[in-house]
Formats: sequence, C-alpha cells, structure tokens
Amino acid sequence: MEHGDRLVSRSTRRAGRAVGTGRAWGIAAWTAAAAIPLAFLAVFFLLPVLSLIATGFTTDGRFDASGIPAVLGEPRTWSVVGQTLAQAALGTLLSLVLGVPAAFVLYRLRYRGRAALRGLMTVPFVLPTVVVGVAFESVFGEGGPLAALGLDRTLLVVVLALAFFNVTVVARTVGGFWSQLDPRPEQAARMLGAGPGRVFWTVTLPQIAPALASAASLVFLFCATSFGIVLILGGRSLSNVETEIYRLTVQFLDLRSAAVLSLLQFALVAAVLVVSARLRRRREQTVSLRPTAERIRRAHAPAIAVVAATVLLLHLLPMIALLVGSLRGRTAGADGAAEWTLQNYTNLFVPPADSPIDGSVADALATSLGIAALAATIALLLGGLVALVASRRPRSRVLARGIEWFDGAIMLPLGVSAVTLGFGLLLTMNRPLGIGLDLRTSTVLIPIAQALVALPIVVRALLPVLRGIDPRQRDAAAVLGAGPLRVLGTIDLPLLGRSAGLAAGFALAASLGEFGATSFLVRPDTQTLPVVIAQLIGRQGSDSYGTALAGAVVLGAITAGIMLLAERWRSDTAAEW
Amino acid sequence: MAESDVTGLAISTRGLFVDRATVRYPGTEASARPAVDGASLAVEEREVAALLGPSGCGKSTLLRAIAGLEPLAEGRIAWAGDDLAGVAPHRRGFGLMFQDGQLFGHRTVGANVAYGLEAQRMPKPERAVRVAELLELVGLPGAERRRVTELSGGERQRIALARSLAPRPRLLLLDEPLSALDRELRTRLAEDLARLLRETGTTAILVTHDPEEAEAIAGRVVRMRDGRVLAEESAA
Repeated sequence: MEHGDRLVSRSTRRAGRAVGTGRAWGIAAWTAAAAIPLAFLAVFFLLPVLSLIATGFTTDGRFDASGIPAVLGEPRTWSVVGQTLAQAALGTLLSLVLGVPAAFVLYRLRYRGRAALRGLMTVPFVLPTVVVGVAFESVFGEGGPLAALGLDRTLLVVVLALAFFNVTVVARTVGGFWSQLDPRPEQAARMLGAGPGRVFWTVTLPQIAPALASAASLVFLFCATSFGIVLILGGRSLSNVETEIYRLTVQFLDLRSAAVLSLLQFALVAAVLVVSARLRRRREQTVSLRPTAERIRRAHAPAIAVVAATVLLLHLLPMIALLVGSLRGRTAGADGAAEWTLQNYTNLFVPPADSPIDGSVADALATSLGIAALAATIALLLGGLVALVASRRPRSRVLARGIEWFDGAIMLPLGVSAVTLGFGLLLTMNRPLGIGLDLRTSTVLIPIAQALVALPIVVRALLPVLRGIDPRQRDAAAVLGAGPLRVLGTIDLPLLGRSAGLAAGFALAASLGEFGATSFLVRPDTQTLPVVIAQLIGRQGSDSYGTALAGAVVLGAITAGIMLLAERWRSDTAAEW
Repeated sequence: MAESDVTGLAISTRGLFVDRATVRYPGTEASARPAVDGASLAVEEREVAALLGPSGCGKSTLLRAIAGLEPLAEGRIAWAGDDLAGVAPHRRGFGLMFQDGQLFGHRTVGANVAYGLEAQRMPKPERAVRVAELLELVGLPGAERRRVTELSGGERQRIALARSLAPRPRLLLLDEPLSALDRELRTRLAEDLARLLRETGTTAILVTHDPEEAEAIAGRVVRMRDGRVLAEESAA
C-alpha cells in the first residue's frame, strides 16, 4: 500500500468522474428495464382493455351509452351474474372447508414425505382447466362411474371442479402463514383447560383469519373468472359472465353486449380487489412468529381424514376416471361394457373421418408446445426485468413509491379475466397503434396473450427471492470493489437463476393450459391443444369424445411433469405461490 | 499541506479525515436528531482506531458513511486530502467487515475471499495464490472449497476478515466484528485480529461497544455518544 499522495489523489479524482458517467448509464439502464415491461403491458394489455370499454360506449364511432341499459335490462344478464356469484361463493366456501385441514396437515405437521406431498399438491393448481373439466365430465357424464347420480351439468359438479384447483391455493396461502405461527398461545389455552376443538376456534382461527381472508378473496377471484371449467361442465344454463362473453362474441357476433358484460366483470373484479386490499391491510396484526411443526398425534386424525378424502375423491378420482375413460372404446354391446383399447390414442395422430378439427390432435400439441415455449420465454425475460426493478430499494421516497406502483401495475393481468384479454386483443390488433399491420392474421398474439397471463405468476415466483437478499450483501460486494453491474451479476443473478426453474415451470404450465384468451385468438389452421380438446369433448358418443379424453391425459401428464420437474429445482427460499 | 479548521483538527494530507459529518436516515423528520450529528474524526495511515459507544450512538452509521453506503447530509469525508463526496463505495478502496460477516452463501469459501480480487481483475493464478495466503493468515489454510454454510461462527468471521483484507484496502472498517461470537472465542479472536492488523500494516477503524475489545485491538480509542464524537483518550 505504498500509494504516494499524488497517485491516490489522481486516481480518486478519475474515479469521481467515472462515477458521473457510470451513474448516468445506471439510470438509463434501470429506466429501460422498467420501461420495456410497461410498454409491453401498455400495448398488449391496457390498449385492448381500454378499447373494449370504448366499444361498450360507442356505436359507429359515436358516443352512445344506450347499450349499457339495454344489456342490463335483460333478465338473462342477471341470471348470468347470479350464476357467477353463486359459483364463486360456493367454490370459495368448499375450497376453504377442505383447504384449512390441508394447510394444517401439509404445513404444520412433521412427517416423512411432507416435502414430496407439498410438491404433489401444486399439481392440481397448474393443471389446465380443460383437462380438469374433461376429467369431471368423465366422472359424472354419460358412461362415467357416477353417471347414475344424474349430476351431469349441475351446479354441484362445477363447484367441485372449482374446488379441485383452489383447495391447493388455500393450503399454500394459509399453510405458509400457519407454519410460522407461535404455538405457545395454543399451549397456554390447553393449560387453561380448553380441548383441541375449543383451542382451534378460540385461539388458532382468529390468528390465521387474515391469511384465510386473503386466500378467500384470491380464490373468489379465480372462481368468478373461471372459463374453461364452466364452458365444459356448465352448459348454457350454468353460464357465468366469462362464458357468456365468449358465447355472445363467437356465436352471435354481438360485440357490444359482450363489451358491456366485460365492464360488469371489471366492476366485479375491482370490488373483490378492493375488499381483499382492505382485508390484507387488516392482516398486519401483531402475531408472534416462531416456525414450528408438531408430531402426528391421534387428535389429528379428523384433519388427516379430510385431507385423505380430498386427495382421493376430489383429486385422484377424476384423474383415474379420465385415464380409464381414455383407454375404453365407444360403448358397445347390449351389456354396455366397453372394451380396453388404445384406439383413442391412435386417433390423436390419425384423426377419424368424422373429426371436426383440421389436422390431428398431435399437430395441435406440437403447436401448443411451440407457442408455450415462446410465451414462457417472453414471460421469463419480462418477469426477470420486473423482479429486478421491483426488488430495488431506492433511498428517494418518490422512487420507492414509484416501484410500489410498478409492482402493482404488473399484477393487473391477474385481476382482469383472460376472456376479456383475448376479446380485447381481438378487437384492437387489426391496426395496433395505428400501424397498418394486422396482427390477428398471424399467431403471434397467442404467445403474447399467454405471456401476459403467465407474467404475474413469474414475478411472484422470482420477486420474494430477490427481496429476500439482505441489502448488506450488496453493500459487502460494493465495499469489496464491485461496481453496480458486477453486484447485479454476482449477487442478484445467481439467486434469480435458482428460482428461474420454478418460474419457468409455472410459466410453461400456465401457457400450455391457457384457454380463455387463446380461444379467441386461435385460427383454424393453428389450434392449441386445450382449444382442440374443448371442441372434441362436446361430441359425446362419437370417436371425438374418446379422443378428447386421450388428449386431456397427454396434456395433463405434460403439465404435471413440467411442474414436478420445476419443483425439484426450486431453491430453499419459498416463493409466494 | 495542512490547512487549519474551525474544530482545531488539522486536515491531514495522509489518512482519513471526517469533518462534522451528519447522517440522517430517510423518512425521519428534519427536526429529529440525526443518527450521526456533526461527528469529526481523523485517522492516520497505519493507525488502528476504535470507535467506542453504546448501541444506537451512531457509530455503525458513521462507519457506513465512511464506506460510502450512507450519504452525508452535512460535512465531509476526505482521504489523503481528497473529498470523497460522489465517490461510490466500490471506488473508495476501503474495506468493510460486517458484524455478521455477510458471506455470500452461494459461493465457496475460496470464491468469497477471491471476490474483491475478481473485481480488481486480478489474473486467476495470482488470485489463487493470494486467497491461499489469506486463508493461511486467518488460520484456515486449505479451506478454499468448503461451503460457507458449514462454517462455525468463529470461522465465518475469520473468512469475512480474509475477504476484507484480500484486495489490500487502504482503510479497513470493522463493524462489531466479534460481537456475534461467544466470550471465549471473542477474546482469542481479538488477539488474532490485533496481530493481523499490525502485521499487515492496515489502517483500520474498529466499531465496538466493548471497552476491553477496543483496548485489545486499537492503539487509540475514540468515544461516541448521541451521534457525536467525544474527547479522545490515548490507549497504553
């Protein structure tokens, strides 16, 4: 360290100048990192949604709000809205009733294989809606094991299918919080003479109530914007707002009524978001946190029984019925018994003569995989940028507030239904931003729509890991001589890489199964697998029905495989999902 | 060239000079007392000074300000007569050792120690030699390939010290480096630390709340209270 005074002073001065230009570059880079995802969102999300709203209020380019009272005056509208609310409320209730024991067993008890069980429980959440819809149809529909109950096309089946997905959402959201809860208040209550039931109602439940409330609002949102399930299992009488928008657009070309219904859906979603924000603010109560896990005791038997019944009857039964159904031929003979055959799987490659679709199901699968890979890449790139920007903690209060808004804006697609998004893209992308380039004739809109749907999930998987980095780690790197770029490359990126596997899995699964937006954007020559399955399933008794079951098995197996692989890659740091 | 100053301290052309530095945390009221409130301090080259004070007196914040991690609201910090305002932490050539080490969990022991050398773009063979040398120095020879997570508390702090010393900082800042350890280990590591700083001829500021530790390691003890530096006293 034989620095002469002059040498040091010169090098420090040079450093000072370099900082000036370095900082300018840094500001430019962070601005770009924030601007790219925002621009993508503005063009492919905000613009379509706004023009959809405009459609509801105009006739031939002139302001005309008469469509709104016209649609609101129809009794059909209100039966659809009522049906949406009933399905969402019942679906949420059942998900909570089954999800709380699951949260307890998966997150609060200690036993071998718990991690594996938790991993398996993510699968129902990511399974494509079309696959689950077809699976429930194969249980309750004609020829299914429970067909005799006559429940096909009833509200109960729709609610069961909604719970299929959302039990896991409740288990994850509530369980993550529950596993951190200090057990000593419960122990104190026990010592005061309260039995296990009383302890749960008087001590545990009030403590987990905020987590329960935020899970409930999330699940309500998912149920109220469910499209694939209701389209396949509901039929016309059980239409919700989503399927009604689709029906009005595709069958009746009544864009205006569809737009007004979209506005109704906005209002519904906004109301749920406002309520959930209220509840989340109340969640910030003081509970003492202390991670614990209990050994299994006899008193846990009821909870374990509920979880076992959920997994066996709600999750496994439809999957097994789907698999069995896909391996049976068309009902034949007087005894009604069908024979075992791989014909349905052969039909995936060689479509039968009466097939209602262009090309084979295998072609659709290839298209789906290509589109999903592209969509996941877009979502990962944008999501990585968003996570990097949103994980910064600037000193300036204005910038910090800006980052909060940024984070919120990226989550918007989560709140707007996929059907609205697909419909909006269809309306606007004939001349995007006034450029005479009709994007609707190309298939590029499909991966874009799927990326938008996957983006919030990717961000939620990446962000907690980056936010979890102790800011002093970056300080430590800086005082060791690492510039901002080197800090990013050596501290942030390695950790981002570790959770990238999980994020990629979620993105691929979400894109592969995406149905709501995609069904507006597919073209006869480029169909995705979920869209094809939904078309085939409507034809009971023909070869198409069996082909749909086989296609659903393939799609479900691929999605589940991707998710289980991604779970194995995930880092120790828990993502929010 | 030494210019005179109102506080009576001479601005040395060698070593560190902190002149009435004030640090306010963002979000605090302007009327609230700042974390560091007009603190002045001078440290000569090759000197080891201790900043001693109760927790919350602003000593760690002052240390972070010297490192460039907290901006000054008022006052200035200079090294060898050059004002450091606007010089980013990574360009100051200072080292900072954290209370809890802040080792990089995703890197091996060797890669942690090599981190500052990589930032200096030192060629790989030289880097390996330097890392081995430092691990030897802190009493953990051959630990290059071990994982950070399998180190004990004392070993972690030794590696953190090796990592801070590796790029040969012109000033080493030590933020309560031993207070996370148990008493026996603390006494032993304090001796080692004093010897290492002496042997490497490192200029250092040690922040601590333990008078014994300050005496054992530093040649001079400076007391801090309520964000201000109090009168100095000489150690034996």
